[in-house]
Amino acid sequence: MKRHFLTLGILIGLVALLVVSVEIADVRLLTRIAINLCIMLVLVLGLQVFMGNSGILSFAHIGFMGVGAYTSSMLTIPLQMRGMALPDLYPVFAELLVSPYLAILLGGLVAAGVAAAVSFPLMRLSDAAAVITSFALLVVLHTIMQHWSEVTNGPRTLFGIPKATTLFLAAAVAAVAIVAALAFKESRFGILLRATRDDEVAAAALGANIPKIRWIAFIISALFAGIGGALWGHFVTSFAPKAFYLKETFVVLGMLVIGGPRTVTGAVLGVFIVTVVFESLRALEGAINQAQIFSEQVVGVTEIALSLAMIAVLVFRPGGLLATREAGDMILRRSENKGTK
Amino acid sequence: MTGFIQFIIDFLSLGGAYALMALGLVIVYGILKLVNFAYGELIMVAGYTLFLVGGTGMPWIIMAIVAIAMSVLMGIATDYVAFRPVRAKSVTAVLITSFAFSTLLQNGALLFISPRPRNIPLPEIFTKTVEIAGVVTPVRNLLTIATAVISLSLFTWLMRRSVIGIAMRAAATNFTMARMLGVPANLIITSAFAISGLLAGIVSMFWLGRIGAVVPGIGLEPLLIAFIATVIGGMRSLLGAVVGGFLLAFIDTGLNYTLPQDLLKFRDAFTFSLVILILLWRPEGLMKGPASGQRT
Repeated sequence: MKRHFLTLGILIGLVALLVVSVEIADVRLLTRIAINLCIMLVLVLGLQVFMGNSGILSFAHIGFMGVGAYTSSMLTIPLQMRGMALPDLYPVFAELLVSPYLAILLGGLVAAGVAAAVSFPLMRLSDAAAVITSFALLVVLHTIMQHWSEVTNGPRTLFGIPKATTLFLAAAVAAVAIVAALAFKESRFGILLRATRDDEVAAAALGANIPKIRWIAFIISALFAGIGGALWGHFVTSFAPKAFYLKETFVVLGMLVIGGPRTVTGAVLGVFIVTVVFESLRALEGAINQAQIFSEQVVGVTEIALSLAMIAVLVFRPGGLLATREAGDMILRRSENKGTK
Repeated sequence: MTGFIQFIIDFLSLGGAYALMALGLVIVYGILKLVNFAYGELIMVAGYTLFLVGGTGMPWIIMAIVAIAMSVLMGIATDYVAFRPVRAKSVTAVLITSFAFSTLLQNGALLFISPRPRNIPLPEIFTKTVEIAGVVTPVRNLLTIATAVISLSLFTWLMRRSVIGIAMRAAATNFTMARMLGVPANLIITSAFAISGLLAGIVSMFWLGRIGAVVPGIGLEPLLIAFIATVIGGMRSLLGAVVGGFLLAFIDTGLNYTLPQDLLKFRDAFTFSLVILILLWRPEGLMKGPASGQRT
């Protein structure tokens, strides 16, 4: 038990440190980056809950992020703007206005509900079939978001979402996500799910109901994604369906894979490292474009760096930077070793 | 009657292209049991090669051959970069590396060429039309059908009669056993990637010929098409991939002719839901492949 609290202490301490230092620095750009980082923490930890513990790659995660973002937006756009932002909205929702905080929670719940409804049969599949179905699910969700004009304003940008995500809110949700991800990992379900990951046949022989366990993890994972998406929506205040597709999927996946999908500490670390590298590269890109060194705009450097890093990590450290041990384990084990010497 | 002939030509030319795309994906899947997410980028690479050699004034057919050769090389590169180093580790790892490789190629094109569409040289014959039994149709469609027929026959011959084809089918059936009997694993896998590149290169000529330009994201649609077709037809059966390609083309063309415009935009959602349903109902696809051994 002690080591889990130590892990939580370290990880939440890391987030708190970020908040405090950004507050002290008080630079607008840094605050934006920090909020973004906290939202990414929620999303990546959500993916870790399912992918890390079950060992099954899921592409659909970002689709649920979109579900959360659109649900929350639909309920919070101010009534006087709603006619413009969503002209075809169903009459039932046209007059419904809820507080953004409640809407963020509802966004998560709707995403979880959608996940619960569509995913149960998919959880029977493993390996490549599971990956292809999750990829297909992402495409289906994306197509629906792009064409369901009544709710999403079609492929056009949805605007007028009230700004509600502050640094404190994002950091608080990220901290809750850290606790929840670790709690799930160490719960009965989490341990059973990890057993199915390591040996499907043996786990089934011990009586693990594999589809059900995976299903629960998938719903929790979608809950995280929905909340993360809603937070993001109230942070950027306008977005289009293309924000919830392969590019975003790639970033989230990259953070998780580089950090180490099997540990919560790895997921958190991955978000921090990738964000720092990403933002420095983006600044570099911006500087090059500003100075007009090349005739064309420089784009895509960040993605190239991330994909090279992912390939390198998977080749040289297939489990990510932190493959098996959480922060607390590492520290406790080190002090134990000292004690025996 | 003319409508029917029109439909048949549309269906056959689309089906031929789809079948070749699906075949390129399934030949790798059959042996490795792994999906190559960077498959669509082979078509992109062929397109950009065509664009880059476009100014040289060579005859188009030479340029096309260069482009197809680049696509073959890129297929082999996919094996070396994304598959070989992690092949033995885990399924998830390979899927992620191939996804990463796909992003790498796309953003490479963004960075080094341009995010904007680039026109590619096309032969004059692609823009001509002919009249068959009262139906005006682009010559390109007929060429697609002819190329598909020739490629499919050559491919069938290769897989049935040649040593490498037989070795590949053996590896797809039982990889471990094939290795024990002296089939060199790396050579077989690399050849599968090369053939995959060849098929993608050939089909890209007609696919890009429809559009006339190439953009970094051009590979997504062919990848999705190949996905659906192989899932419908059977993930491990080569014949299944071809059948799946034609079936998908039949569904697509049929929906194009019958669905009203406002439902047509949801077509992708329908077809992908179909993929999920088919995988649940028949995880093997419509055509069962050979009984499979374990992947190594």
